[in-house]
Amino acid sequence: MDFKLSDEQRMLEETVGRLVRDGYPFDVREKARTSELGYSAEMWQQFAELGLLGVPFSEDFGGFNGGGPELMVVAEGFGRGLVLEPYLATVVLSGTLINSLGSDAQKEKLISAIVGGELRLALAAYEPEGRYDHTHVAATAEKSGDGYSLTGKKAVVLHGDSADQLVVIARTGGNGTDRDGLSAFIVDANADGVSRRGYETIDGLRAAEITFNGAAAELLGEEGKAIDALEASLALGIVALCAEATGAMEVACDQTLAYIKERQQFGVAIGKFQALQHRMVEMRMELEKARSMTIFAACSLDAPAQVCAKRLAAAKAIIGKSGRKVAEEAIQLHGGMGMMEETAVAHYAKRIVLIDHQLGDLGYHMQQLESLLDVDDDAA
Amino acid sequence: MDINFTPEELAFRDEVRVFLDTKLPKEIASKVKNGQHLSKDDSVRWQKILNEQGWMALHWPKEHGGTGWSPIQKHIFEEECAEYGAPSVLPFGVNMVAPVIIKFGTEEQKQKYLPPILNSDVWWCQGYSEPGAGSDLAGLKTKAVREGDHYVVTGQKTWTTLGQHADWIFCLVRTDPSAKKQEGISFLLIDMKTPGITVRPLITLDGEHEVNEVFFDEVKVPVENLVGEENKGWTCAKYLLTFERTGIAGVGQSKAALKHLKEVARKVQQNGKPLIEDPLFRNRLADVEMELMALEMTNLRTVAAAQAGGVPGAESSFLKIMGTELRQEITDLFRRAAGPYAQPFLPETFDADYDGELVGPDFANTVSAKYFNMRKLSIFGGSNEIQKNIIAKMILGL
Ligand SMILES: Cc1cc2nc3c(=O)[nH]c(=O)nc-3n(C[C@H](O)[C@H](O)[C@H](O)COP(=O)(O)OP(=O)(O)OC[C@H]3O[C@@H](n4cnc5c(N)ncnc54)[C@H](O)[C@@H]3O)c2cc1C
Ligand SMILES: Cc1cc2nc3c(=O)[nH]c(=O)nc-3n(C[C@H](O)[C@H](O)[C@H](O)COP(=O)(O)OP(=O)(O)OC[C@H]3O[C@@H](n4cnc5c(N)ncnc54)[C@H](O)[C@@H]3O)c2cc1C
Repeated sequence: MDFKLSDEQRMLEETVGRLVRDGYPFDVREKARTSELGYSAEMWQQFAELGLLGVPFSEDFGGFNGGGPELMVVAEGFGRGLVLEPYLATVVLSGTLINSLGSDAQKEKLISAIVGGELRLALAAYEPEGRYDHTHVAATAEKSGDGYSLTGKKAVVLHGDSADQLVVIARTGGNGTDRDGLSAFIVDANADGVSRRGYETIDGLRAAEITFNGAAAELLGEEGKAIDALEASLALGIVALCAEATGAMEVACDQTLAYIKERQQFGVAIGKFQALQHRMVEMRMELEKARSMTIFAACSLDAPAQVCAKRLAAAKAIIGKSGRKVAEEAIQLHGGMGMMEETAVAHYAKRIVLIDHQLGDLGYHMQQLESLLDVDDDAA
Repeated sequence: MDINFTPEELAFRDEVRVFLDTKLPKEIASKVKNGQHLSKDDSVRWQKILNEQGWMALHWPKEHGGTGWSPIQKHIFEEECAEYGAPSVLPFGVNMVAPVIIKFGTEEQKQKYLPPILNSDVWWCQGYSEPGAGSDLAGLKTKAVREGDHYVVTGQKTWTTLGQHADWIFCLVRTDPSAKKQEGISFLLIDMKTPGITVRPLITLDGEHEVNEVFFDEVKVPVENLVGEENKGWTCAKYLLTFERTGIAGVGQSKAALKHLKEVARKVQQNGKPLIEDPLFRNRLADVEMELMALEMTNLRTVAAAQAGGVPGAESSFLKIMGTELRQEITDLFRRAAGPYAQPFLPETFDADYDGELVGPDFANTVSAKYFNMRKLSIFGGSNEIQKNIIAKMILGL
């Protein structure tokens, strides 16, 4: 048992840390957030130059061959800076799915482009009626010439507005929530038959509702057999989100602590009031739990399937529960300032809370956990 | 980064498991699991078995008979003991007074007191709290006045756990009434058979006799029973309170209790279905399960930091709060699992040799008593509010 980062992981942590410290002050982020694209294309190029876009991919594509712990290190650093760029959408969700399912030719073309910063992707999996259930897929794809023709609707596709290409989950068989019959496709985001309604999310990111109407699609992997690879990518996504939340929670705690030490009322720093001290302690306790569960999740991807599923569900649920507490308390302890758009902590609070709405919320993951209650997990 | 035990650590765990499989008396484990009364003999019997194995003193240096185990080994051992339903080792001798004697005591004191502690031949209790000095321990008033080669001790200690069985008590006493609060305190070892000592039972809300009042009326205590310097007892007290306690999170106890709770919830029927299928109950079980994972990982992070040479400081306050809240939550769920049968109070059925008829399901008779008893976890050992004060000051700098 050893919780220390390896030398390589520590270097990765330093790289991301430096980038976020130097390149991501609050006002710079605000400028990027309110720009048309919603993030910085220059920053994306820097990610590429620093090798960050290759973290989960093999060296053959210029990658880093990283697993859960490496993604954790990167995402936690991004969480500290509230990074806006489509890393989760492009690299973690879509990229790893292509990596699992794609042919050598597809990987050669697409993964290399991701790593080089030339290709931004979005994963179009969830649907308007399906809430957090990734097996609830009504979109269908039919064979058409050499490829497929795809029809259906996808909901709140993270960074779907600016993606160059989309990785879409659609049915080639089965119905309802059948696990069999789900296939993954690559679709050009600007192709005929694709219409996108992009928007800003309340935490400052971008997303889109996407409608496919006979859009030309290229199959990834075997027809009807995408579920395992999809779930593996979603698992990585959960690790990344847990880590991002942990990074953001850490900053929210630090900023709140600094604020209550500095803010004077009744002739003293408000941090002198025990009512606030104990709440600050509770925030830190929630942060420790979040960090522990993020590590647990990141190190569990190779565990037996049900054990892994159980730990990930627990981790994302804890993030939902602890995150809400930290976010709400961060605002509350800042008083009126916590309510202001100009206050950085408010943006941290928003991202932390909204992470609970991605890849399954507290309720969804507690249900997963309930269904796995009998799975024995001899933790370490 | 690797959350799994190494092959050596796993081999050690197997060794512990073999020991527990062969040496832990089944009837004692069954009492622990079912929340029945443990007698003094049960505790002493188990602790002597531990000592024969050389596994009694986890935290002592090897030269005094300690295990010499690493933090991870101690953690594994404590987890497995809890899992198997071994009684918790009574801490007052081996984990409280002994480390103080080892650190601050004279050679004679070490030779006199340590071996009988190791072999559980002498039973100790802790005389810190007083009616007027609980959380604010330094406000204690019991006084010790030096007269020639002894002190004369007068005052009262309270909530003294298992004092009714104790041969010796270690006390904080005031030796300099004129000094500032913390500065006039000394650490004294007192033979409970000394004339002038009276022990009176205090009954807790669950009907148990677990704590006592101990009165001192001009009790003569030889000067050689002073540990450390006169008026420097606060140093000993602080050392004892912050003394490394890997088990403070109680992960093993919570795991064993949760496992038992699930067994119970599979058996209890509600509307013709097992209680474990009740959505609300199952949701609370899941909540405990995920909180327990978070606690376990947080605990392991602390253990690993200690293994790497770090000294667990105020971080253990986090573990105390999280761990005790979780243990209390589980007792609440046991109470709910019992339903209406959480009400009957039949203390005679708490004895393992009770052979009369039970009222309600067999697990139900002790759950409410246990629930109320476990309220103590957030009060003693530094209440959870005091732990928050410690974190606010030591970690947050507030
Ligand atoms: C949406 C909004 C609308 C408002 N509208 C108006 C308006 O129309 N007119 C107007 O005059 N004002 C208005 N206010 C201001 C509002 O009344 C103040 O925000 C409020 O009084 C708190 O003061 P503060 O923001 O300076 O926080 P602070 O007083 O700095 O408090 C910060 C934190 O410390 C806590 N705290 C402070 N003192 C203590 C203590 N002694 N013990 C324990 N905890 C303490 C607080 O509870 C809070 O959590 C508005 C505020 C908001 C957010
Ligand atoms: C079952 C049991 C066994 C015990 N065994 C022993 C034993 O063997 N030996 C021994 O010496 N003692 C023993 N104790 C005593 C125990 O250590 C004290 O109960 C504990 O220190 C709290 O003191 P108190 O009960 O006087 O509560 P108080 O100190 O009066 O506290 C009352 C409440 O106020 C809170 N509070 C106090 N100060 C603060 C503060 N500064 N900030 C915020 N909140 C505060 C507390 O958290 C608590 O909730 C035992 C207690 C129990 C319940």
